[in-house]
Amino acid sequence: MNARPSPSLAAPRPSRVRLPALRSRRLAPYLFIAPFFALFLVFSLFPLIFSIYLSLQQWNPAEGLHTMHWVGLENYGYALTDPWFWDALYNTAWFALVAGVPQHLVALPLAFFIHRRFKRGRDLIVGAYFVPYITSSVAIALIFTTLYSKDYGLINAALAELTRIPFIGSPLASLTALKDGGIDWLGDADVTRPAVAFVVFWRYLGWNLVLYLSGLQVIDKDLYEAATLDGATEWQQFWHVTLPLLKPMMFFAVTLTIIGNLQLFEEPFILVDGEKGVSSSVMTTAIFMYRTAFSDGDFGTASAMSWLMFVLIAALTWLNARLFGRDPRSAHGKR
Amino acid sequence: MASAERHSRVRSAWPARLLVAAGAVLLVAPLYFTFVFATHGRTEIFDNPPPLWFGDAAGSNLRLLEERLPFWRNLGMSLYVASMTTVLNLLLCSLAGYAFAIYEFRFKGTLFAIVLGSMMLPAFMHMIPSFMVMDALGWIDEPRALYVPAAASALGIFLMRQYIGSAIPPDLIDAARIDGCGELRIFWSIVLPLLMPALGTLGLITFIASWNNFVAPLVVMRSAEHYTLPLALRSMQAPNNTEWGALMIGSAIAMLPLLVAYFFSARRLVAGLTSGAVRG
Repeated sequence: MNARPSPSLAAPRPSRVRLPALRSRRLAPYLFIAPFFALFLVFSLFPLIFSIYLSLQQWNPAEGLHTMHWVGLENYGYALTDPWFWDALYNTAWFALVAGVPQHLVALPLAFFIHRRFKRGRDLIVGAYFVPYITSSVAIALIFTTLYSKDYGLINAALAELTRIPFIGSPLASLTALKDGGIDWLGDADVTRPAVAFVVFWRYLGWNLVLYLSGLQVIDKDLYEAATLDGATEWQQFWHVTLPLLKPMMFFAVTLTIIGNLQLFEEPFILVDGEKGVSSSVMTTAIFMYRTAFSDGDFGTASAMSWLMFVLIAALTWLNARLFGRDPRSAHGKR
Repeated sequence: MASAERHSRVRSAWPARLLVAAGAVLLVAPLYFTFVFATHGRTEIFDNPPPLWFGDAAGSNLRLLEERLPFWRNLGMSLYVASMTTVLNLLLCSLAGYAFAIYEFRFKGTLFAIVLGSMMLPAFMHMIPSFMVMDALGWIDEPRALYVPAAASALGIFLMRQYIGSAIPPDLIDAARIDGCGELRIFWSIVLPLLMPALGTLGLITFIASWNNFVAPLVVMRSAEHYTLPLALRSMQAPNNTEWGALMIGSAIAMLPLLVAYFFSARRLVAGLTSGAVRG
């Protein structure tokens, strides 16, 4: 393996000769971090700045980049007056709330309970909750497509079984229209969005659980001992000790969920076929941006959309920071 | 301590414990059914009732899969891209993490803040301009378009810096310097061998992320032979007549190596993934 940090420096010399730079304590760290920053500049920073430029241009991709011409803010205006963009924005916000909020409402108490009440078997339980997070989104979407199938996926089959139970059976049947052959989870516009949201919830619940568990581990046990001695119930401890101390972690986890859900792409993209009419009900802004660029060839407008989304994400992250009373710049790392 | 009271509370936690365990089973169930359906034909999967236990159609599903996809080439491509990404990350992230953990240099704070800040950049912002950069470089449909941009992750640098800061005594490095070792030599021969546990975690995280990546190959890979597994499996999904049994065995094969690795290292892996969030 080539361990030389920079070929341009190392190439002209025979490898046996030691580079003065690598003997220098002053220069070595810069050489060691250089690969990251080179890659960051070429594949991250430059593309981002380039996309601001792209968002102000129009061109015909079939004829090549020389047809590029300046259009000012026209792409932004075009995106903002496109009702589809607003639909996509609405869908994205809907997913952010419906798939995002329950993740935290479940993960936080769950983490508290597991932290307090599971000794043996704890790794197994946490491991099971975390498994979906490390599984390929495509594999997940494919299995859920079969489970959600109208005739005769496992979920409809299970619901049909449930309707045979006396008392709760018949109201359930009328509620879910199971009599007409089951729910078309990924084909009926009314249920498709919740069905996709559930998959997102399912996939990221374990991630949030683990975040909260790691937050709980750094809370001093003496605080709970003291609260117990003062006669605080478990619920009071959760409310008055755990929650306030977990605030930084909640900020971090919620920020990650906001950033993640506002760029939601893979689950709805794979679960719902783009050709289907119902796909418009799960079209997120990221999917709309992708289609605008790669199906319609309108890279300029797509770039404008990505910056509109960036502004929205930044605004929400800032709002979240205000809500939790924290400085967003310290979301990562040393605190 | 009120141990009697504590004891009774522990007992009363059993129903809730069962609920938590049932939730865990429910969460794993879809993965279980991927493996079950991988052993059933298309019609059996949608039987009433659906199959709950393994069948005997794994062989025929695999043959169908091989007919529809250059499956083993796709697997090889996934393996190649994920391995390259992992090796590059292990080297570049530990180098950079070492620099940030051990050395004092000008702009260190600012540069490290850039590393951390880059983690917060929304990934989809890069989709379009990255595609155009790859196009300009002539890297469309090339595996290097997947592993070069991902060769040094910010999370990896953060992870290695944390580990090196706690595991490598600065005296050790000073001693090596007095013995006349060059800076790179110190890193390569003295520091790197001590980083094995952290490298294992980082390697696993990187490999999993690359193996599962869908969006990057979707944007740059063009020919079916160059598809990575997620892309190939998705391409087999048709509005009608999808061979679900074959797709499920493809998914199962794609999932299996990760599940095995996860089973043996879940704790370390989870700790590594969330370390960005935990204070040291």
